[in-house]
Amino acid sequence: MLEKHERIEKSATLLFILSFIVVTIGGLVEIAPLFYLKNTIEKVKGMRPYSPLELAGRNVYIREGCYLCHSQMIRPFRDEVERYGHYSLAAESMYDHPFQWGSKRTGPDLARVGNRYSDKWHVQHLKNPQAVVPESVMPSYAFLANTDVRTDDAAMHLTANVRVGVPYTKEMIENATKDMIAQANPDSDGADDVKSRYPKAHVRDFDGNPKRVTEMDALVAYLQMLGTLVDFKAYKAEDNLR
Amino acid sequence: MSKKDIDEVTGVETTGHEWDGIKELNNPLPRWWLWTMYLCIIWAIGYMIAYPSIPLINASTPGLLGQTSRGDVAIEIAAAKESQKVFRDQIAAKSLVDIRKDEKLFQFARSGGKAAFAVNCIQCHGSGAQGGAGYPNLNDDDWLWGGDLEAIYTTIQHGIRVEADDDTRTSDMPAFAGDEILEKEQIVQVAAFVGSLSKQEVDAEAAKKGAAVYEENCASCHGEKGKGNKEFGAPNLADAISLYGDKQADIIRQVSKPKHGEMPAWVSRLDDITIKQLAIYVHALGGGE
Repeated sequence: MLEKHERIEKSATLLFILSFIVVTIGGLVEIAPLFYLKNTIEKVKGMRPYSPLELAGRNVYIREGCYLCHSQMIRPFRDEVERYGHYSLAAESMYDHPFQWGSKRTGPDLARVGNRYSDKWHVQHLKNPQAVVPESVMPSYAFLANTDVRTDDAAMHLTANVRVGVPYTKEMIENATKDMIAQANPDSDGADDVKSRYPKAHVRDFDGNPKRVTEMDALVAYLQMLGTLVDFKAYKAEDNLR
Repeated sequence: MSKKDIDEVTGVETTGHEWDGIKELNNPLPRWWLWTMYLCIIWAIGYMIAYPSIPLINASTPGLLGQTSRGDVAIEIAAAKESQKVFRDQIAAKSLVDIRKDEKLFQFARSGGKAAFAVNCIQCHGSGAQGGAGYPNLNDDDWLWGGDLEAIYTTIQHGIRVEADDDTRTSDMPAFAGDEILEKEQIVQVAAFVGSLSKQEVDAEAAKKGAAVYEENCASCHGEKGKGNKEFGAPNLADAISLYGDKQADIIRQVSKPKHGEMPAWVSRLDDITIKQLAIYVHALGGGE
């Protein structure tokens, strides 16, 4: 037996092929079941793709590296559930490319920050975090309020997400730029369309400056919807214990 | 390798591998190490039987213990609630006033409220409930919407200026400059008068003229003497406490284009017992009526 092993060790090709087979078996056993086991592909009601403005806000979130200090993953522990709300479900990240689970919490978890504070609070806090939380170490993001969000490439961002499997419809892509502007202008014509295309979307002027659609609008729109899509009154946790 | 090859210097058997005259010694693994490994393998088998492990068609094998991490949370939270059941049931059943009277129950409610306050409220009202610019201090006895238990309870439940909540507290002071109700000069005068209400030193003549403007435009909500009205959330102007600043420039700005604070409606997020505990805690901070 050991002598035969010598043959494997002395032939690089054979060694490669056999190791590949071993790793493949490991992968099949450990990874493949996650794609078909019922409790890992749990479906929940209420999830929808991000609206164009939310998606732009999400891009700001990623660009500014918010994930370096904030996680978006409430783990199933009592202390986390009591502080942040219901533990995160896999399905809640289904349209995240890439997901923002994160692994470091210098700041609090943001998975369910939506609807928790007013827009004004968010704007004030992003401009000068210490104004509302004196002990905070978060830097200022005041410039977001003076930076217009790019609206011309909204359709392209949606298309990119379609390529990785997010079910944006043709109609959503065609109206992407319009929807993006309308979501921050509640009195505009397109405001109702945003609501019907993206249920539960907040349509209002987020940054307190109705004249412009800024990156502050986008980021606050994104933060205000985080973790709010799934209706946990209808969700039966006991059906999906794991 | 039919013949044993013993290294001369160490007296240890070699593996028979040789590179440029260097031979590999065959030192076996320490016995304790080997046995630890075998034990781990045996342990792993037991572990696989006891806990969820092997993926099958629809689900993994559940394991004999039936343990799930989500189930554990549910059990742990239920156990915590069970241990507080005596108090929680009473809080659910009793009115706020009765909870306040029952010393033991009051202590429990206040501690629970303190914990909930730290999680949900300090971001705006401050870790000591001291408030900040635009966010009311909850330690004092100056209340916009009332400081008795019921009023605080309602405010926490339905928030302030929450569009989605029909019972929310709403008041909208007009923008006296923005909506062109008053002339700029009149606003300066009324600001002087408002300043005089809280005994600030102001331009006496302007204040005198401002009194008439106030009477006509402001008294209906803020009261003739500026004592405010909690029914409309109209702040008391005659005390030294002000949410948006009490300098003349601040008052002029607030009259011209008022800032309006917002507070979330917690009824959609917290259970009734927690809200009651919060009301008890806030009420007991010092300013409760």
